[in-house]
Amino acid sequence: MSGVRLLVGTRKGAFVLTSDGTRQSWQVDGPHFAGWEIYHLKGSPADPQRLYASQSSGWFGQLMQRSDDGGKTWAPVGHDFRYDGEAGTHLWYDGTLRPWEFTRIWHLEPSLDDPGTVYAGAQDAALFRSTDSGQTWQEMVGLRGHPTAPSWQPGAGGLCLHTIIIGPDDPSRMFVAISAAGVFRSADAGETWRPANHGLSSEGVLPDPDADVGHCVHRIALHPSRPDVLFMQKHWDVMRSDDAGNSWQDVGEGLPSDFGFCIDVHAHEPETVYVVPITSDSLHYPPEGKLRVYRSRTGGHEWEPLTSGLPQQNCYVNVYRDAMTVDSLDPCGIYFGTTGGQVYASADAGDNWAAAVRDLPAVLSVEAQTLP
Amino acid sequence: MSSPVRVRLPAQLRILAGVGPEVQVEVSGPVTQRAVIGALEEHYPVLLGTIRDRDTAKRRPFIRFFAGEADLSNEAPDALLPDAVASGTDVFVVVGAMAGG
Repeated sequence: MSGVRLLVGTRKGAFVLTSDGTRQSWQVDGPHFAGWEIYHLKGSPADPQRLYASQSSGWFGQLMQRSDDGGKTWAPVGHDFRYDGEAGTHLWYDGTLRPWEFTRIWHLEPSLDDPGTVYAGAQDAALFRSTDSGQTWQEMVGLRGHPTAPSWQPGAGGLCLHTIIIGPDDPSRMFVAISAAGVFRSADAGETWRPANHGLSSEGVLPDPDADVGHCVHRIALHPSRPDVLFMQKHWDVMRSDDAGNSWQDVGEGLPSDFGFCIDVHAHEPETVYVVPITSDSLHYPPEGKLRVYRSRTGGHEWEPLTSGLPQQNCYVNVYRDAMTVDSLDPCGIYFGTTGGQVYASADAGDNWAAAVRDLPAVLSVEAQTLP
Repeated sequence: MSSPVRVRLPAQLRILAGVGPEVQVEVSGPVTQRAVIGALEEHYPVLLGTIRDRDTAKRRPFIRFFAGEADLSNEAPDALLPDAVASGTDVFVVVGAMAGG
C-alpha cells in the first residue's frame, strides 16, 4: 500500500513522519540532529531514499547531512560553502554596503533525475550546486554576478535565497526567489539569470514600487503539468504569472489578508492553489486568531476558507515559506507546519484537517514524499 | 616532539564528531590555540568550520575557549597555551557561549 513520508525541519532538529495511504495516523521519528536548526530537508525525486538536510547553528555554523535510507540513518557530507572569487558587497538595511557573508543554507532542491545532484540556496543570497551527492559545493556564479546584485537588500529574515524550482519539462529552465531581491529565471540551467518581476508592486516598501529587483518574494510554486504558470506569495500580494514570470497579476482579492509566506498547488488540479493568510508584516499570525487555509479552485480568482479541524480561536502561530507541501496521492494530501510546532495534515485536499503531530519545536519546513 | 592535549567539546560537536566528552590530540611543536584546533580538525574533519572560520581561522563569535578556570578566548591564536594544557594536566575546553535569554 502506498504511503507518505513527511520531512519536517524545525528550530531544534528534524523529524520524519510516516503514514500509510490513508494518512490518518502518523509515526513520528526524531529528533534527528537535536538542538540544531534544520531549515530544510528534501528527498531526491529520482531516489526517494536519498535525502539531504541543511543543519545549522548560530554557534557552530553550517553543516550538511545525507541519508541513503529514507532518513533512518544520516551521515555528514561536505559543508564548505564559499563564494566564488571576490565576495563583493550588497546593500545593507541602513543603505550602506556590506560584504557578502555566508550564514546558512535555507533551501535544498535535488535534481529531478540525478540523486547525486542537488542545489542549495544560501543566505547571503547565492546558489550552490553539488554534483557528488553533497561532498563538494560550487557556487553558480551567474546569479550573484547579475549586474543588479550589489543593489540587493535583505528582508527582515536576511538576504536569503529560499526558493529553487527546476523546470519539470525542461531542466535548463530554473527559477529562484530571493528576499528581498525577487524572482530570477535562467534558461541555461543556472549559468545566467534575468529578473522576472514585471508586474510586482511593492508600494511603501521600495522607492520605485515597480522596480526590476528589490521585491520581497516569499515563495513561488508551479504545477508540473503547466510549467509556465507560476503562483507567488509576496510579502504583501498573492500573484500569478501565465508566461513563466514575464509578467505577474494580482490574484489576492477575496483573502482576509494577502500577506503570508507559503503557497502551494494541488498535485492533480493545476488551478487549485493554497495559501495561509497572515495578518500583516508586523503581526505574523492569522487574522482574528483563526488558522485558515485559503483554497482557490480557479487559479486565484475566488478563494474559500478551509477551517475544519483547524483552531478557530486564540491561534497566533505563523506558517513559514517552506512549511507547506502536497503529496501526489488521490485525493491529494496537503500539509503545513506552524511556529507552534503543529504539523497539520489533510487527506482530502484541504476539506478536513488534523494534527499529524503537536508540540514540536517551531516548524521551519515540511516536505512530503509519496511512497509506493 | 609532540604533546598530548586533552580537549573537551560541547555536546553538539561531540555528537557530530562521534566522540565522548573528552578527546586527546597530538600537537607537534608549540601548543597554541591554532595548533590544538588544527590537530582537532585534522583528526575530525567534520569539525572544520564549526569552531573557527576555515579561511581566516578566526574563532566563531559564539565559541569560547577555557582552560584552568581562565577564559583564553581572546588570546592570540599563536600565543602559547598554559603549561598545564600542554602537559595534559588541564583540559582545553571548547564552549558554546551563553546566547539568548
